[in-house]
Amino acid sequence: MAEKPKLAFYWCAACGGCDEAVLDLEEKLLDVVSSADIVFWPVALDFKRRDLAAMADASILAAFVSGAIRTTEQQEMVRLLRSKSQLVFAFGSCSHLGGVPGLANLWTRDTIFQTVYTENASTPNPDGTLPQLITVEDGRELTLPRFYDTVQTLDQVVDVDYYLPGCPPTPKILLAAVNQLLSGQLPERGAVLAPDHALCEDCPRRDSHPDHLALDQFKRPQDVLIDEGTCLLAQGILCLGPATRSGCEAQCIKGNMPCTGCFGPTSRVRDFGGKALSAIASVAAAKEEAAILQAFENVPDPIGAFYRYSLPSSLLRRRRLQESGQLEAAHSPTG
Amino acid sequence: MKRLGAYWLMPELFEPRIVAFFCNWCTYLAADLAGTSRIKYAPNARVIRVMCSGRVDPQFVLEAFAHGADGVLIGGCHPGDCHYQEGNYSALRRFQLLKHLLKDMGIEEERFRLEWISASEGDKVRAVINDMVEKVRALGPLRKYPVVGGPLEEVAAYG
Repeated sequence: MAEKPKLAFYWCAACGGCDEAVLDLEEKLLDVVSSADIVFWPVALDFKRRDLAAMADASILAAFVSGAIRTTEQQEMVRLLRSKSQLVFAFGSCSHLGGVPGLANLWTRDTIFQTVYTENASTPNPDGTLPQLITVEDGRELTLPRFYDTVQTLDQVVDVDYYLPGCPPTPKILLAAVNQLLSGQLPERGAVLAPDHALCEDCPRRDSHPDHLALDQFKRPQDVLIDEGTCLLAQGILCLGPATRSGCEAQCIKGNMPCTGCFGPTSRVRDFGGKALSAIASVAAAKEEAAILQAFENVPDPIGAFYRYSLPSSLLRRRRLQESGQLEAAHSPTG
Repeated sequence: MKRLGAYWLMPELFEPRIVAFFCNWCTYLAADLAGTSRIKYAPNARVIRVMCSGRVDPQFVLEAFAHGADGVLIGGCHPGDCHYQEGNYSALRRFQLLKHLLKDMGIEEERFRLEWISASEGDKVRAVINDMVEKVRALGPLRKYPVVGGPLEEVAAYG
């Protein structure tokens, strides 16, 4: 019997939700492992870097990488995985677009370390110790990976063959991708393996969307009772369905919450946040500056609203730096 | 015009680069009028004609800033005068939200401007462009060194 194809899973700057999505395949996971071997998956099984390094180049059929890239260790590991794998899949919003960790691009390493290690009330650190690249203890040299100022998407670091969108991708999307992979029916390289139309088209509340939307005021979900049957945008809730790729089975909408855009843009859009902002601004009714500002009063953080999962993949990629490691001082985000 | 390339090494060479999206029916005609009237103004604006200020996708503005613009100017018809009835109102709504977003990205408000300039207001083209160029000149280059939107190796290199 021919050798089974090999699969690898790895996570970088991610929460682990994508690995949960693998487990959410439930018994179908057994079908996957009966037709393919998982040869590397450190979060679930005991594999080390040296095991991967010992494998022959291109001996893995496909590596599924979740998480954005923010440290030298992650950079090194994905480069190693790239050389050992025939195909690399960006698995989930963080590796696809930068994800929630990508919002760190509003800050720098220094400001993040300052908050996390010295200012957070729950982190007592009287000596102000910060992570060091090299520490000498008992004559031994200990090292930590370098933490970059800027979070990157997977395809900004290595070549990526396919993208699985979502935070996390649904088991259905993952299973479809694995089946396409094992049956040799993958589409053109570079494709996002999800439908290429907006979520609104598949929305269960689609029929309640008025032909012409004209809102006086956007509302925040926590401030209103949301009707469970009516289009969320029509209720004034900032829902990114018009700008977001479908394929999530409208899970948030079914949970009576607006779409926040985790599946990212369709293939016609270059910058998700710019397009989402355009879609939302277009449904306001106001024609004068003061009334427009009033309509958007409840959108206090446009970056968080429109780039929640995609700041590192945006055209600007990060908040402006004046010099290396130094934020533009004139403004603070959302301030 | 002076060479623009290496201003982060030689700040005195800095000339603001303004990308100007002018609508076909009002502001572009105003710029045309300014030209035929031989009105002199700063040569820093690169005018891109669009059919309507409402055609200016926020992605155009982001792309301009990502690829070297120090400022972006949108020119459209006065409220009520839009050739397509309401296109300039759409432009104004997007402008307000995008200005807030750009500010949070560390891009000063003076670098992004929306002006209503009718076909007869050639002199307003001069005044607006001159004023914007001077304000952006005072702010300096958007990038004091080549990082934002620059090649990825550079993004990674300074981390």
